[in-house]
Amino acid sequence: MSAAESPAVDRATVGGRGPNRPSTRFLRSELRIIFGRRRNLAGLVVLAAVPIVLAIAVKASTPRGGNDGPDFFGSITGNGLFVPLAALTIEMTLFLPLAVATISGDAIAGEANLGTLRYLLAVPVSRTRLLAVKYAAIVIFAVLATFLVSLVGILIGLSLFHGGNMTLLSGSQVGFNDGLLRVLGATIYLSVQFAALGAIGLFISTLTEQPIAATIAAVVLTVTMFILDSIPQLSWLGPWLLTHWWSSFGDLLRAPVAWDGIQRGLISAGAYATVFWLASWARFAGKDVTS
Amino acid sequence: MSDPTAPAAVRTTGLSKAFGHHLAVDAIDLQVPTGSVYGFLGPNGSGKTTTIRMLLGLVRPTSGRQELLGLPMPDQAGHALPRVGSLVEGPAFHPYLSGRANLARLDAADRYSDPATSRKRVGAALDRVGLMVAAGKRYRVYSLGMRQRLAIAAALLMPRELLILDEPTNGLDPQGTREVRNLISSLSAGGTTVLVSSHLLSEVEQICTHVGVMNAGKLVAQGTVAEIRLGGTQRARVETDQPAAAGRVLVDLGLTEVRTDQGSAVGTLGEVAPEKIVPALVHAGIPVLGYAVDRPSLEDLFVALTGEGFDVSG
Repeated sequence: MSAAESPAVDRATVGGRGPNRPSTRFLRSELRIIFGRRRNLAGLVVLAAVPIVLAIAVKASTPRGGNDGPDFFGSITGNGLFVPLAALTIEMTLFLPLAVATISGDAIAGEANLGTLRYLLAVPVSRTRLLAVKYAAIVIFAVLATFLVSLVGILIGLSLFHGGNMTLLSGSQVGFNDGLLRVLGATIYLSVQFAALGAIGLFISTLTEQPIAATIAAVVLTVTMFILDSIPQLSWLGPWLLTHWWSSFGDLLRAPVAWDGIQRGLISAGAYATVFWLASWARFAGKDVTS
Repeated sequence: MSDPTAPAAVRTTGLSKAFGHHLAVDAIDLQVPTGSVYGFLGPNGSGKTTTIRMLLGLVRPTSGRQELLGLPMPDQAGHALPRVGSLVEGPAFHPYLSGRANLARLDAADRYSDPATSRKRVGAALDRVGLMVAAGKRYRVYSLGMRQRLAIAAALLMPRELLILDEPTNGLDPQGTREVRNLISSLSAGGTTVLVSSHLLSEVEQICTHVGVMNAGKLVAQGTVAEIRLGGTQRARVETDQPAAAGRVLVDLGLTEVRTDQGSAVGTLGEVAPEKIVPALVHAGIPVLGYAVDRPSLEDLFVALTGEGFDVSG
């Protein structure tokens, strides 16, 4: 009757069952928490509102070109597909990084702050698995947030402005499907960049028990990278900064596509993601959890 | 219930943890026999929770080793912890999720839990701690007692061979405390080993088979409840009209701290068998009007081991 009377019990069974096959159950639970939280949903609404406000503003007035980043504003009246691109350009510097920093800063520090971290580890969830699931959820959030901005931009753009052929930044024209493909490519490219930023946020999140502090630190770091990148005397540093390559998504809107910046941007994102995920692991794997 | 041939459910050897210069846990050798209900006692700040954190692999020991269910921790955490339910330093859940959703989340994180039976097990665990009516409410509106119950329910989501419950009755009303005691007894009757920590001896005294007492980071006493009682100082009391003569006999027999007053003589027995006293007195011609051996209560012992007063140790 007692457990002690059955010494033949396999070490790795509980109640007669072995471990489940690897599944996405924990990841889905994580996503439910992220997307079930009112604060996060409100943030997504703000992200989605930007292309709508932008398109309406352009429709209501004669647009003047911005002077930073690729100039999509002037092209919006020509083709609605420029709305998502203009929205991404606006949100790239603060809104989207803030959204990703909120989720990633919350990843470990949020659980530590609530005290739920100790119960997850006692389930047990191995620390490596926890970091892997947390990062997977951050990546999914980054992709969904970026696509949300883009898709809302496409829908509002096409409903307020022309579709049809698209005049690229280089002056040549491509068909609608080609243009749409380029917009999707730009969205994927930026998703990857924000996913890399999420690894930085995850790392900072392992350093503290205050999720807000982790979020602020990640945002400050992003803004600092933008500032450093804009100082001419520090131009040697630029290519090493994650944010330096973000505006390269505009290169997809040229014919022929200037792949060089895109390629180096993807390598930069991959390197940042790898280094900071490993740093999170190195920091968290042996850390005493006293929260 | 306890089986001497089975490996100890919890065993530590020289387990220590220092935070900076402060030695929170000082070389303790914990031994929780399989099938026992082990009361882990000590004042606030005596190192109980740090010990429990080390047992669960949350905190790395500065030195020493620990085993759960015969498996070394934290190396075998993946194999040992699924068989262990725990409550560590109070409840902690997501405030904006319901009690039920919080349990479902912990269940989803468990690689050993069957997703097909998740709803049923979550319901059964909630039912077992009497939380069914509040299952759908958000955790943030729970009272402290309800939160504590939810944490106990989380420890019961899966069949467990060992339960580690840190202050399980914290925040509960007297009725809740009683329910937890009954719950622990019924789990123990079902074959689960229970390690229950408390700073209140009275809460666990009635259900424990074994006791370990921590004070200032050290394990100052450990054993079955009977052994601990015997370990206390037993005093022999003789009522007589010749207390001075009786006192001399007690001293001759080897009793210590012998004191006499107008109608009695009292001495600490130590190694002397209690049944030898009266024959010796009679032999010496001293009339014995009454004889008693005072055994200290567990509470007296607890106070003697950990000191009185309200200061937290450490």
